[in-house]
Amino acid sequence: MASAVPVPSSLPLRIDGLIKRFGSVVAVDGVTLELPSGECLGLLGPNGAGKSTLIRGIVGRVIPDAGKVSVFGSAADSAKAREALGWVPQELALYSRLTSRENLESFGRYHGLAGSALRQAVRWCLDWAALLDRADEPVKNLSGGMKRRLNMAAGLIHQPKVVLMDEPTVGVDPQSRNRIFEMIEQLHGAGMSIIYTTHYMEEAERLCDRIAIMDHGRVIALGAKEELIRNTFASRSQVLARFADPVDRVAAWVEQRGGILVGAGAQFTVEHPTEIAGLLDAGAKAGLELVDISLRRPNLESVFLHLTGRELRD
Amino acid sequence: MISIMRAAMISLRRDRGALAMSFILPIAFFSIFAIIFAGRRDVTPKITVIVVDEDRSRASERLIQGLEREGSLAVKTRPEPKRGAPQPGYTATTAEAAVKGGTVPVALIVPHGFGENPISFGGGGNRAAIQLLKDRSDMVAWQMLAGLLQKVAMTSMPDVMAEQGAKYVDQYVGGYTPEQRSRLDASLDHFRREEAERSAAAGGEVGATTTGFADGGMISVATRDVIGENKDSPMVSFYAAAIGVMFLLFTSSRASGSLLDEAENGTLDRVLSSRVTMLALLGGKLVFNMILAFSQLVLMFLWGWAVFKLEFFPHIPGFVVMGVSTAFAVGAFGMLLASVCQTRNQLGALSTLVILIMSSVGGSMFPRFLMPEAMQKAGLLTINAWAIDGFTKVFWRDEPLWRLWPQVAVLLATGAVLFAIARKLAQRWEYV
Repeated sequence: MASAVPVPSSLPLRIDGLIKRFGSVVAVDGVTLELPSGECLGLLGPNGAGKSTLIRGIVGRVIPDAGKVSVFGSAADSAKAREALGWVPQELALYSRLTSRENLESFGRYHGLAGSALRQAVRWCLDWAALLDRADEPVKNLSGGMKRRLNMAAGLIHQPKVVLMDEPTVGVDPQSRNRIFEMIEQLHGAGMSIIYTTHYMEEAERLCDRIAIMDHGRVIALGAKEELIRNTFASRSQVLARFADPVDRVAAWVEQRGGILVGAGAQFTVEHPTEIAGLLDAGAKAGLELVDISLRRPNLESVFLHLTGRELRD
Repeated sequence: MISIMRAAMISLRRDRGALAMSFILPIAFFSIFAIIFAGRRDVTPKITVIVVDEDRSRASERLIQGLEREGSLAVKTRPEPKRGAPQPGYTATTAEAAVKGGTVPVALIVPHGFGENPISFGGGGNRAAIQLLKDRSDMVAWQMLAGLLQKVAMTSMPDVMAEQGAKYVDQYVGGYTPEQRSRLDASLDHFRREEAERSAAAGGEVGATTTGFADGGMISVATRDVIGENKDSPMVSFYAAAIGVMFLLFTSSRASGSLLDEAENGTLDRVLSSRVTMLALLGGKLVFNMILAFSQLVLMFLWGWAVFKLEFFPHIPGFVVMGVSTAFAVGAFGMLLASVCQTRNQLGALSTLVILIMSSVGGSMFPRFLMPEAMQKAGLLTINAWAIDGFTKVFWRDEPLWRLWPQVAVLLATGAVLFAIARKLAQRWEYV
């Protein structure tokens, strides 16, 4: 099915200054994003960053207070946009007493599919989700990973051009997670435009062409992984040091040296690895007993930590 | 132990549904049953009876006046005025039609010749029997009336009784002496004056209600079923509808709860992000509720046919009309309850509370004719009452389809209004 998805002639998705408030809480705060054709755009951020609200705003399940969403030039609440968008919600939005096949048939019909088109779409989805052998099993009897895969397949039953995946690996074991990655990579490889939300850095790094880092409803950085790291850290590296001393002693020294306390350890950004010697010397002079030290290239986690002062999974 | 109790107390306090079930429902039910069965005089149901006086004798007038004074009877001798114009009095034919049509549960025809020999002791004889025409689906009305007739004969016609007694003396003892005859006439005059004075006074019940002796009493009464005389069991169709509607309401509210499940697990969001609109979604669930409710009714009535000899097949057209109307109202009722509630638990508690109250007031638990007048009227605010009335018309009164229009109109209008409110309330899932 994915190979049959036509290449869109205009921008699959454009979000322009989207704002959504719940009372005094601003869940989405002026987000502007574009999703080019065939791209997998990651929305990376901690829980409560506004990722799901943004996705729900795109599929018309929350009414924005301001801003605009257009899908191939059509308003998000138009019939054309609804047919172009496929949504995989974070919850397992399935009929638990129906079988996998019956679920897919139901959601297919809700999108107007019927007859052989519906049968073909259901078969493709079952195959894609590796559920052909469990097609006639009630959903409640499936494993957690299978349910997740079926949840994803239900979002693709009407052969959308743009897929919005909202943390599809939540609560899934590593093996099933890998299977899900392969499914997404298959779609991506076939040229489908995807928005993928996660708070797992590794998922964003593996699957996404570009990543929008979100915090407090805003996109605080946007770009390809290397671009984000380069823009944030340039050629600098990170030094992680752990000490045997009490955390409060370490914290005082770290602050004095311009570093960040990460857990019980200290993290410093250095221009050149040779700066490590100076740090070790300063630590010794401060009377700290070093346990171990490592040098690493910054990653998305480092970018997030650097931009927000918090870890992704606080 | 105290900690366990404290935790349970806190849980109960925060579970409004459980609180309502624990305290409001028992009190509501206690009140309803108390009003119906505790026999408070001010709320005792009145039995409406049509009386046709074909005899127009002094005795028949006195008897009817006596009946009119009975507080538990509402005597009608002519239909309600139409557009202010008084209607001609009932005849034996129109009275019978009124009983058949369910306007009244019972009618009395006082025949020609009644006044010549109104009462006798020991029954039988050559008396012209009063005809008591009854609808036997109301088991109470005719029995109460039969008893009251005998009582009224005792209390309202003392002179007639005395006169009749004198006739017996004449017949069996050999007559009175002139002096005895003179004293008897004076006494009879006295009785008549007393009765005239009592009639002149404002009506009001005389004496306490007593149970009657029916045909073996002083007044000869010929009782006749004018409806359902060929039917095996008058209450089977009533209870098929009455119990059926109550369970339909439960089933519908439970089925509508899927809306809350889907809202909770996200399926509703997924559906609404497709081509399906909220109106289509609610409409689909309403039709499902209707099919479910109609199927239940079919099963109920088929069971009644198979086991209790209910005449199902001759009444299929009326059954379909009433079944669809009832299913629509009941289905919409379920949708409304689900739209009002936030959770399944809330729905369970609210639906139990509302449906049990509706069912008791609306006649699903016991016939409405047993209830006080005010409660009978309150029953008309329930789906149960209209549905039961409609099914009774079909299965008991054998009425033509067009006569079902009031019940059908009310049920369809109720369904439409409830569904419209449910649609409005469902906006909370639409516009987040």
